[in-house]
Amino acid sequence: MIVLDKRPQPSRMWSYAAPVLAVVLTMVVGGILFAALGKNPVEVIRTIFLDPLFSKNAWFYRPQLLIKGAPLVLIAVGLSFGFRAGIWNIGAEGQYIMGALCGAAVGLAFYPMESWLIFPLMIMAGAIGGALWGLIPGLLKVRFGTNEILVSLMLVYVAESLLAAMALGPLKNPEGMGFPGSRNLSQYPSAANLELISGSGMHWGVVAALIAVIFAYVLLARHMFGFQVRLAGQAPRAARFAGVNPARMILICMGLSGALAGLAGMFEVSGPAGQVTIDFNVGYGFTAIIVAFLGRLHPVGILLAGAVMALTYIGGGIAQSNLGLPAAAISLLQGMLLFFLLAVDVLTNYRVRFSNRVAA
Amino acid sequence: MSETLLTLDGLTKAYPGVVANKDVSFSIERGEIHALLGENGAGKSTLVKSIYGLVKPDSGTMTLNGVPFAPGEPGDARKAGVAMVFQHFSLFDAMSVAENIVLGMDNPPSPRAIAGEVRRVSHLYGLPLDPDRIVGDLSAGERQRVEIIRCLLQDPKLLIMDEPTSVLTPQEVDILFLTLRKLAAEGTSILYISHKLGEIAALCDNATVLRLGQVVATCDPRQTAPREMAELMVGTVLQSPVRTARPEGPIRLALKGLSAPAPQRFGTALKDVTITVRAGEVLGIGGVAGNGQDELIAALSGEMPVASAMVELDGTPIGADAVNARRAAGLLCAPEERLGHAAAPDMTLTENALLTGVRRKHLEQRGFLRWPAATAFAKEIIEAFDVRTPGPGNTARSLSGGNLQKFVIGREIMQNPSVLVVNQPTWGVDASAAAAIRQALLTLADEGAAVIVISQDLDELMEVSDRFCALTDGRLSPARPARGLSVEDIGMMLGGAHDLEVAHVAT
Repeated sequence: MIVLDKRPQPSRMWSYAAPVLAVVLTMVVGGILFAALGKNPVEVIRTIFLDPLFSKNAWFYRPQLLIKGAPLVLIAVGLSFGFRAGIWNIGAEGQYIMGALCGAAVGLAFYPMESWLIFPLMIMAGAIGGALWGLIPGLLKVRFGTNEILVSLMLVYVAESLLAAMALGPLKNPEGMGFPGSRNLSQYPSAANLELISGSGMHWGVVAALIAVIFAYVLLARHMFGFQVRLAGQAPRAARFAGVNPARMILICMGLSGALAGLAGMFEVSGPAGQVTIDFNVGYGFTAIIVAFLGRLHPVGILLAGAVMALTYIGGGIAQSNLGLPAAAISLLQGMLLFFLLAVDVLTNYRVRFSNRVAA
Repeated sequence: MSETLLTLDGLTKAYPGVVANKDVSFSIERGEIHALLGENGAGKSTLVKSIYGLVKPDSGTMTLNGVPFAPGEPGDARKAGVAMVFQHFSLFDAMSVAENIVLGMDNPPSPRAIAGEVRRVSHLYGLPLDPDRIVGDLSAGERQRVEIIRCLLQDPKLLIMDEPTSVLTPQEVDILFLTLRKLAAEGTSILYISHKLGEIAALCDNATVLRLGQVVATCDPRQTAPREMAELMVGTVLQSPVRTARPEGPIRLALKGLSAPAPQRFGTALKDVTITVRAGEVLGIGGVAGNGQDELIAALSGEMPVASAMVELDGTPIGADAVNARRAAGLLCAPEERLGHAAAPDMTLTENALLTGVRRKHLEQRGFLRWPAATAFAKEIIEAFDVRTPGPGNTARSLSGGNLQKFVIGREIMQNPSVLVVNQPTWGVDASAAAAIRQALLTLADEGAAVIVISQDLDELMEVSDRFCALTDGRLSPARPARGLSVEDIGMMLGGAHDLEVAHVAT
């Protein structure tokens, strides 16, 4: 039988090797799944993981990687603080929508005035909108002891309804022939989040994601706040003994993750998406949860995990159109990635031993 | 009386990296109270777990009643007539006494039948217990009675007791001993595990001393001096802590009518706790666990803020201040639970040094941590307190209990507190480390700090305290000079033995 021995300290080697092994296992089991669907597994895996980078159409896909990866990384970095501290914000998708709505609303309010001030104002509005939406479950938890997982998740559906109402109502394009959806912000120079280098996919959201990664790294490694976050997650009683105020920690983590999700939404609505539409949100807020854990809640890990996840999005899209793979198969592959990561995680904290004797 | 009940022959059990038992042999006679002595980590627990079927020895044999005995699991041991009362109780707080007893039995009768049995056995052995009471409302001593009665209902031939007196008042100990003697007189053998030598001398017929997994001596505890047994246990000559006479200093800490509701269910409310502690003084607070110790230290550390005027430090009211403000003012605490409360298990010693030292040791600058300074502080603690570890980069979890305790106490002492409060400073710590910790506390007081030691170990309190008071049900008794206090006095201060009756020895 298999025996698990707890290691005296987590294995350094396995904490790096586990995500790689998880990706490999996902490829293998995913391949078996695709074979069962009647596809050539090698070809599907190559299409998903390699074609976006190295095929002859890669010039088109590579910028897409940045566009897909940036919001995932930005949201996941914010979530990672709360997750480390044991505060479970599952509603980043809602905060993402609210950030987009607030940012877009500020931009549209100034239309058609041109000023360099408008875009920075939109950024602030996006961050504040997301933060406030994230603070609702935070405040309810602190004040009434409600469960932040449920409240933040349910607020996603509220935000989705609000999004639909806005796209059909106050934010609807007056010159849009009655179609739902706002004016196109990417055609409004003062409010547009355009590519900084043409054809690269590099927009302000990508810059913000990279800055967030660096800030998060410094905070976690060198700052008192990062120390307190880690302490609160690992040993809540010791954290209180060290002077961490649990209520304050909850509010900061919910506000911070909300703000970053809101920023991601605002950069999306003013750039790649361009306008507020009913189906504006595509699940970045949920996928970012996987990204955060795949990157072991470490900023650099999240950067790499965001890239891998963006790859499966784009590669999955290619596989869908070129090989006729069902969209659900791609979602399954992404879920599998988290599943295997959590399973392989055991190796970081435990040593596996095979024994033919009954455990003593 | 002279037949042999259980014989152990050459028992050996090795774990990866450590040999817990090596070639252990001894035997227990019928009706004998046999002591198993040894420090923490000497292999006592592994040995009794082997007898109780929880651990399978690598080699060696056991014979029970002349028949080879190799229990594969506790159920086998119980069928053969071996019962065990563990140091840590396995009871469900929310269930009644009878329900708890039924849950621990192999072939349980109906709860109604058990209630009658519980009444009969508890009366017979002088352990009054109402089978319908909820366990969460019982004192530690009463909980132990539940465990003992659960064993007695199975009519054991051998009763194993692991450190049974650590949660009892002196009077409760006396009554427990009467019960055990009565059991022995009826022919039940008792294997009694302890490191308290006075008790063993009072109770036991024979003693086997274990050190580093091996039997180093067998002796008659009634004929052997306690000091001699202690040195057999430790393997070296013991140093007693040195105390110098201290002049009365100014009042450092004053608790004025400190009251607080219980922070959680089955917690204890603090009721009008009033005391002062002077510079240079060690105040010992005794009492059985669960009488408000955790709440008192939480009120002092700031984890449970109270009204400002209730706690005064050097004349300044600080009862409502936050944890780190109190540290900055000089009031430091070391709680009982090392892993998870005083230290974060998965963090390194450097990070754990930072945990409480950040303010007084200036380990941060405008929010940014000074890691090199934190590492240096951790190294200082490790050196000054002889913490056995490869270095400050190791996790707290990787340290043994005694070493981590030295680190935790050292961390607070090295910050030069003006008041230090410690809860159970030597719980689960071996004798030489315990002596080092007690000495460090006395030295700190000599240097002008006020020290409060909360402990259940009365010997420890008598050794270090200048004044002694007892915490019972959240109330603190008036303090009395520790010198000249007898065990009976202390017992009365602890509230004595409530509703206990002496075993009905004649049956």
